Amino acid sequence: MSEHASLARRSRHVGARHARDRSRQSGGEQNPLLLALSIGAISAAALAYQVLLMHWLAIAHWQPFAAMIISLALLGHGASGTALSLLRGWAVPRFDRLYPLSAAGFALAAPACAALARAVPFNGLELVWRPAQLLWLAALYLTLALPFFFAASCFGLAFARYGERIPRLYGADLLGAGLGALAALALLYAGPLRIGLLAVSALGALAALLAVGAGTWRRAGVLAVLLAVALAATGLSRLPLTPAPNAYKDLSRTLLLPEAAIVAERHSPQGWLAVVESPAVPLRYAPGLSLSNTQEPPPQLGVYLDGEAADAIVRYHGRPEPLAYLQRTTAALPYALLDSPPRVLVLGAGAGLAVRQALSLGAREVVAVEPNPQMMALVREDFAEFAGGLYADPRVQVQIDTPRAFLRAASARREPGYDLIVLPLAGSFSDAAAGVQAADEHYAFTVEALREMRARLAPGGLLALGHWQKEPPRDGLRLIATAAAALRAEGVAEPGAHVAAIRSWDLGLVLIAGEPLAPDRIVRLRDFTEQNGFDPVYFPGIRAEEANRFTELARPYGFEGARALLSPAWREFVAGYKFDIRPTHDDAPWFSHFFRWRVLPELWALRAQGGAVLFDSGYLLLLAALAQALPLALVLIVLPLRALPRAQDPAMPRWRPALYFLCLGLAFLLIEIAGLARLKRLIGLPLPAIAVGLAGFLVFAGLGSLYAQRWPPQAFAPRLHRAVLAIALGLGWHLAAFGLAVDHAGALPPAARALLGLASIAPLAFAMGMPFPLGLRRLAHEAPGLLPWAWGINGCASVLAALLAALLAIDLGLRATLLIALALYVVAAGCWRATESKRQANAFYTQGEQ
Amino acid sequence: MDAVRARSDPNPRRRGVRRGKGRLLAALLLGVAAQAPAAEEDYAAQRRELVAELRGRDPDVAEETGHSGFDARVLAALATVPRERFVPAPQRPYAYLDQPLPIGYGQTISQPFIVALMTDLLRPRPGQRVLEVGTGSGYQAAVLAGLVEKVYSVEIVPPLARQAAERLTALGYANVQTRLGDGYYGWPEHAPFDGIVVTAAASSIPPPLIAQLKPGGRMLIPVGVPYFTQNLMLVEKREDGRVRSRQILPVRFVPLTGGHE
Repeated sequence: MSEHASLARRSRHVGARHARDRSRQSGGEQNPLLLALSIGAISAAALAYQVLLMHWLAIAHWQPFAAMIISLALLGHGASGTALSLLRGWAVPRFDRLYPLSAAGFALAAPACAALARAVPFNGLELVWRPAQLLWLAALYLTLALPFFFAASCFGLAFARYGERIPRLYGADLLGAGLGALAALALLYAGPLRIGLLAVSALGALAALLAVGAGTWRRAGVLAVLLAVALAATGLSRLPLTPAPNAYKDLSRTLLLPEAAIVAERHSPQGWLAVVESPAVPLRYAPGLSLSNTQEPPPQLGVYLDGEAADAIVRYHGRPEPLAYLQRTTAALPYALLDSPPRVLVLGAGAGLAVRQALSLGAREVVAVEPNPQMMALVREDFAEFAGGLYADPRVQVQIDTPRAFLRAASARREPGYDLIVLPLAGSFSDAAAGVQAADEHYAFTVEALREMRARLAPGGLLALGHWQKEPPRDGLRLIATAAAALRAEGVAEPGAHVAAIRSWDLGLVLIAGEPLAPDRIVRLRDFTEQNGFDPVYFPGIRAEEANRFTELARPYGFEGARALLSPAWREFVAGYKFDIRPTHDDAPWFSHFFRWRVLPELWALRAQGGAVLFDSGYLLLLAALAQALPLALVLIVLPLRALPRAQDPAMPRWRPALYFLCLGLAFLLIEIAGLARLKRLIGLPLPAIAVGLAGFLVFAGLGSLYAQRWPPQAFAPRLHRAVLAIALGLGWHLAAFGLAVDHAGALPPAARALLGLASIAPLAFAMGMPFPLGLRRLAHEAPGLLPWAWGINGCASVLAALLAALLAIDLGLRATLLIALALYVVAAGCWRATESKRQANAFYTQGEQ
Repeated sequence: MDAVRARSDPNPRRRGVRRGKGRLLAALLLGVAAQAPAAEEDYAAQRRELVAELRGRDPDVAEETGHSGFDARVLAALATVPRERFVPAPQRPYAYLDQPLPIGYGQTISQPFIVALMTDLLRPRPGQRVLEVGTGSGYQAAVLAGLVEKVYSVEIVPPLARQAAERLTALGYANVQTRLGDGYYGWPEHAPFDGIVVTAAASSIPPPLIAQLKPGGRMLIPVGVPYFTQNLMLVEKREDGRVRSRQILPVRFVPLTGGHE
C-alpha cells in the first residue's frame, strides 16, 4: 500500500471517527447485514474449529487430555477481552481494519496452530513421572488459544463498536455457532480432519471478506485480504494437519509390527476408526481367554477407535473348529447355563466378536445392536467376506441404535423376551459419548438400564455384563452394586439369589438372572470355572475357599465385596471402600468414575511405586485443568482493571457487572453441557444428540437474543427479570417434557426423538439467549469502557464452567447441575439491579438533554 | 523444565534430581554449568544410590517375594548393569531415577523397582535358562544375564531388536542371545525354560509359552499400559504340569477401611 493512499485513508478515517462517535448511539455506517453475516461466519468457524480440534486432540493424545487442552485453549476468548480492554482507545476507532485482520488472523492461525500443536512432544502418560510435561501441556493450549483469541477479538470489537446493536450481533454470533456445530458434524463425516480444518480456515477468510465488504476499508482491504488468503491457502494446504497418534497408543504400537498396515479408515463424530491388518505377526485379541486354552485364535483384523484398540474382526470361513477357543472365554459362561439354543441380544456389538461367539455357541437368533453405523458397515460391507458374512447370517438381525434406545423401543413394541442379553465390556467405547465432553456418560450401566434389560428377559433368561478385571476391583464391584440396586428396586428381597460373577486374569463377567439361580445352574457354573481355570467371584451359596484358587490374589476383595454388596449391609461396604463403587443412576451415569477424595493422599504417596495406576485419571485431570484455568482467568480479569474507567456512579461499582457476566457465562455453559448429556439419554444416537444439544441450544439462544433486540434499551431490570423468569419456566418445561419423552417416546424413530429433545430445550435456550445481550447493551450505555472487559469475563467464565459442569455432574448429578445454573441466573438478576432506579433517573436526564 | 533441559544437558551429576526438593534448582544450576559427558564413576555412584534406595524398600516387597525384602543377588545384579547405556542419550540424566523412561518406538524401559520385583519373583538361579519376550532396550535381559546361565530374548520391532542386540554385545553380555521374531511362539529350539518374562504387553497369554515352561518353572507378565504396571501376573507350572497363577499388586494398598479390617 503506497504512502499516499495510506495517508488519504487516514485523513478520511479521522473524519469518519467523529461521524462514528456520533453514530454510536444510533447505529454505525457499516452495512449491518454484512457485519452480522461476518460475525455469524467467524462464530461458526470458531465453534467448528473447537469441535474438530477436540477430535484431533483425542486422536493425537487421549480424550481426557483433549478435553483439558480445549478448555484451557478457550481462555483465548478471555484473553481477547483483556487485550481489548487495555487497547480499547486505540482499537475501537480502527475497527474497520482490525476486525477483518482478526478474522484473517483466525483463518491463518486455525490450521497453522494445529500444525504447531502437532510438533509439541507432549506425552500425557509421563505426567506422573515427569511434572515437566506440564510445560508441554501449557505449550499446547497456549498455541491453540491463539485462533480463539482472534475469533473472540472479532466479537469483542464489534460489541465495543456497536453497543446499540449488541443483541442482534450476539444473536448472529450464537446462530453462527449453532450452524458451526452442525458444520463441524458434517465435516467430521466428510473425511479426514485435515480437510475440516482447512474448511474452517476458509470460513474465517470469508468472514474477513464480508467484514471488509461491510466497512469503509473497501478497495485496499479487499485486495489485501484476497491476496493474503490466496497466499495462505497454498501454504496452509501443505501444512501437516493430520493428527499423529501418541507413540504409546495401541494403534501406533501395532503399526510397528512388520508388514502391519491400516487397510480401512472411517471418520465420523463418533471417532476415527482404523482397521489394521498384520499378516506377518497375527493379532490375537481374545480378552477373557482361559489359560488352559491351547488353540491359537484365527486371523483377525484389529479395529481401533481414535488409535486405541476397540475390537477385532475375526476371520470365519464356515468351519467351526478355529473358533473352538470361544468356548473358553469368560463370556461363554451364560451359554453353559442355558438349555435350549438361546435367543440372544448383544448390546454394543462392535466388530462382532460377541455375535460370532453367540452363533458358534448355538444361538438360534442374535439381535446385534451397535450405535456406530460405520463400525457396523465395516463388518457388514467392507470386510463381510473376511467376517464370513457375519451380519448377513439369517440368524442375525442388525440394529443401529444405542442400547437404551433399543431397549425402550423393544419394550414399547412388546417384542418377545431374550434368553440372554450380552453387554460385552462395561465402560468401553460402544456406549461412551462421542467425545465432546470430559466425562463420558454410560447410560447402559445404570440401575434404570439394568431394570429395563431385566424386563426384556424371557423366563429363565440371563443378563451378562463383561468388564475389565482390575485389582483392587472397581468395575466389577460397581456392576454388582448397580445390579443389586436394580434388583432391590424391582422388589427382589434377596438380590444375592439372582447374581453370579466370575473372573479370569484380565476379564470379569457379572450374570444377573431373571429368577433365582437354580441349583443345577450353580453346578454347571462350578464345572465351567473348574474346566477353564476361572475363579468364581460370587454365586448363591459360594464358600470363601472357592473364590481364590486359580488366579490367586493376595486377598479376594471381589468376593468379599460382592458378598457385602448383595447383603442388607451393602451401604457400609460402599462407604468403607476406597474407590467410589456406588450404583450409577441415569442422573449421574459416570460408570468409570471411581475416584474418592479421601484416598488422594495415600495414592499420591504411592504414585512412584506404580500406585498411579490406581488413579482414575479423568476426574483428576479435570481438577488439574481447573487449577490452571482459575489463576489464568483471574489474571485475565484483574489485569485490565487499572486501565479500565473507574465507576462513574459510586453506587454501581465495577464488581457488579463483573459478577453479572461471570454468573451468565457459568450458567449458560452449565446448562448447555448438562443438557447435552441428558439429551443423549433421550435421543440415543450420539450424532443427532450432539446436533440438538450443541446446535439446538445455540440456535435457539441466538433467536432469543435477536428477539431481545426488539426491546427498548431502557428498563433493563424488568426485562432481565422477565428473561430469568422465562429461564426458570423453560427449565421447568425441560425437566417435565424431557421426563415424559423419555418415558413414553421410546418407540419413536431417532429423528422423532431428536425433535422431542429439541422441543424440550428450545424455550429454555431461547430465554437463555437474552440476559447476556441485555447486559452488554446496558453497559454500552452506562460504561462502554467496560464492554470488552465484560466480554472477556464471560469468556473466562465459559472455560471454568466447562470444567465445573463435568465436576458438578459427577459429584451431584445432571439435574443438580441444571438447578445450580438456574441459581446463578437468579444471582445475576439480583447483583446488578441495586442502582436501577438511579440509573433510570440518569437515563431520563440524559434523554432530557438530548 | 527437567524434560526441556535434559535435551541440552548430558550431565547426569545431578543427585538432587532424585532427592525431589532440590530438583528444580539443581537442574537449573547444573544444567547450565556442566557440559562435559559424565564419567563412568558418576553413573556408578548413582547406581549404588538407586540400589540402596531399592534395598530400603525391603519391607514393602516382603509380601510379594515371599521372603523378607529383595533377594540380595537380584540387587547385586542391578548394581552391575549400566542402565544409562540402555536409554537414549537425552534420557541419560534420568537413568538412575526410579522411573520408567521412553526408549522410542512406543516402548519404555521399566521402572527399576518393577525390574527388581519381576526378577526376584522369577527366582533366578545359576544354571537356569530364561526366555524373555520383548527385548525392548535389553535392560531386563542384562539384569538376568548376571543371575542365570543363559538368557534368550525375542523382540518383534526390528530397530529395537537390532539396537538391543548391538548394545548387549558391546557391553559384553555373552550369555544373552537375541532374535527378531514373534514372541507368541516362544523359542522352541531352546525350550523348556526355567523362567519366562513377557515384557511386551500381552493381550492374552500365549499357550506356546506355557508349553515351553518347565514343570516348576515361573512366568511373569506385567499387566498394564506403557508407564503403568497395573499388576504382575505370575504363572507357575506345577510339577504335575498344572498351571496356577497369582496376581501381584506392585504397591501395598488395602482398599477397605473402617469396619472391614
